[in-house]
Amino acid sequence: MKSRIDARFAALKAEDRAAFVAYVMAGDPNRATALEILKGLPAAGADLIELGFPFSDPMAEGPPIQKAAQRALKDGMTLKGVLDLAAEFRQGDDTTPLIMMGYLNPLVTWGFEAFAQAAAQAGIDGLIIVDCPPEEADPLADALDAADISLIRLATPTTDDKRLPVVLRRTSGFVYYVSVTGVTGAKEADAEAVRPAVARIRAASGLPVAVGFGIRTPERAGAIAQVADAAVVGSALVDEVAEALERNEDVTARVLSKVESLAKAVRSARTAALPA
Amino acid sequence: MNAPTHPPAPPATPNDFAAYPDANGRFGQFGGRYVAETLMPLVLDLEAAYLATKEDAAFQAELNGLLTHYVGRPSPLYFAERLTDHFGGAKIYFKREDLNHTGAHKINNCIGQILLARRMGKTRIIAETGAGQHGVATATVCARFGLPCVVYMGAVDVARQRPNVFRMNLLGAEVTPVTSGASTLKDAMNEALRDWVTNVEDTYYLIGSAAGPHPYPMMVRDFQAVMGREIREQILEAEGRLPDAVVACVGGGSNAIGTFHPFLNDESVRIIGVEAAGDGMGTDRHAAAINGGRPGVLHGNKTYLLQDAEGQITEAHSISAGLDYPGIGPEHSWLHDVGRAQYLTCTDTEALDAFKLCAELEGIIPALESSHAIARLPDIARDVGKGGVVVMNLSGRGDKDVATVADHLGRTI
Repeated sequence: MKSRIDARFAALKAEDRAAFVAYVMAGDPNRATALEILKGLPAAGADLIELGFPFSDPMAEGPPIQKAAQRALKDGMTLKGVLDLAAEFRQGDDTTPLIMMGYLNPLVTWGFEAFAQAAAQAGIDGLIIVDCPPEEADPLADALDAADISLIRLATPTTDDKRLPVVLRRTSGFVYYVSVTGVTGAKEADAEAVRPAVARIRAASGLPVAVGFGIRTPERAGAIAQVADAAVVGSALVDEVAEALERNEDVTARVLSKVESLAKAVRSARTAALPA
Repeated sequence: MNAPTHPPAPPATPNDFAAYPDANGRFGQFGGRYVAETLMPLVLDLEAAYLATKEDAAFQAELNGLLTHYVGRPSPLYFAERLTDHFGGAKIYFKREDLNHTGAHKINNCIGQILLARRMGKTRIIAETGAGQHGVATATVCARFGLPCVVYMGAVDVARQRPNVFRMNLLGAEVTPVTSGASTLKDAMNEALRDWVTNVEDTYYLIGSAAGPHPYPMMVRDFQAVMGREIREQILEAEGRLPDAVVACVGGGSNAIGTFHPFLNDESVRIIGVEAAGDGMGTDRHAAAINGGRPGVLHGNKTYLLQDAEGQITEAHSISAGLDYPGIGPEHSWLHDVGRAQYLTCTDTEALDAFKLCAELEGIIPALESSHAIARLPDIARDVGKGGVVVMNLSGRGDKDVATVADHLGRTI
């Protein structure tokens, strides 16, 4: 069976456009709203979804996602609860890839094998674990392989040619290129600096390359979409949640409207870039 | 291919307790390098650079020179005669790390790491601190070598350790209060890691505990093991024999592992760590990772952690800021699992009583951290019995704690 991730990237390649990947924190600001946002993402233009699962000590996140995780935890979100959300989403959408992103300790607590089976049942396609480098990943990779879930690897500006094969070992689905050194949402990615890195990783892996960590605006997303196979936006979306809460506005509407503007920029990036 | 390290194999008793970590930075199932990919090349570089210094006579000579003339080593091994009489059991000796420059054992490790940072061409130093002792020690070596220094410190700790914050400022360091989470040591460590992942080119992260990703637990232990090696020589000279027990308080556990490590293969020496029990082990307000936690992954290593049923890290509580951490160095987790060391606990109240007792009987005001170890000495001295010898690491002086203690005694100063 072809994975949802492979199918989605193949379809987008046929359309000659990059994917827009939306990151949302499961349970932020509460379960019901998060589910509503999740269900609305594909229609708003998200080609893939990264579903953050909250951790108390997210050491690679900037303040926006730290706060989103705190809101979700305060509302009682659990790892089981995240899978329940995913399963509900899957009832209405069997094609949009769902990638969970977070930290290792909640999975250690659940147990890798049991978690991987439950995640597969919930319709999870991939997993990004920020604090699990390849050197520590084999036990998790074994469990995910058995459940047909992709372990998405991170490559970064500090990944040199010598290290790249280590990073790419046992990876599938796509490779996530962290475009800046830093925490999420803090620095801006430079499309021209990203271009050679994406080409290098694509050549070494034979996989699509998604770029994230430094994209906040439609302009930036469009620029990245010209050089990468996918543009990921996270902090700017969870910031919309925070802002809507602060202003007492409709959280779902605010987030989805931001997703629409970002997705539109990604979808038109390559045609817009062509000479008239 | 490395053998999978999850799920953990049952602990086997190794032949050589001092031979760890293995090439992957593991102490049994504990340790490892659980960091963001951006940091992986940095921790691998650090390991290579550190291992090179071990073989480098010039590095070792510079380190030893500074330990002698700047830190004041060797620190004395002091026979605590009145406490010995008071407890009525084994002879009690204190390893006087409180007499070091900056007032605690933390400086031993900072000297070693600042020399390494210079050798690696790093130009900016960051650190985390709880009680402020490691922050002061880091600020001190940064001043000594003319390097800019940023210290992350939980906002709660900034408030309860004001004198140390001022000392760091005097030494030229920038102290950044951290307000995420519970605003204590664990949050300061998160923030330091976030700084490091942002400033990968020029910045050296000077970790103060025998915790974090490999090679830190090994490297910090090695720099702190100077204490255990001195104890060995000094007790052989004083008593003509090895001690029956070595005792130290454990938060992250750098003073304890530095004391314990040179004795790991001496079967006759009991090894005892003391964790902070805060309000008591029957409550959820303590900082005893081994006695009240379970294995998990945080801050780059697998170790015993305070956490809830979901694997979310819970807040530690201790009267002593230096022990107020939900984890423990991975080597301690392993020593516990294989049964080579024993980890006891001590409440806030017991530590306060020990603090007063030591001041009154020995004329030494101990750090609240060290007071946790003092509090267990009566039982240990009785167990070992008359004619026996117990060495305790008096890891720091208590000047920084007098305001906290006065507050708990209901006194205004």
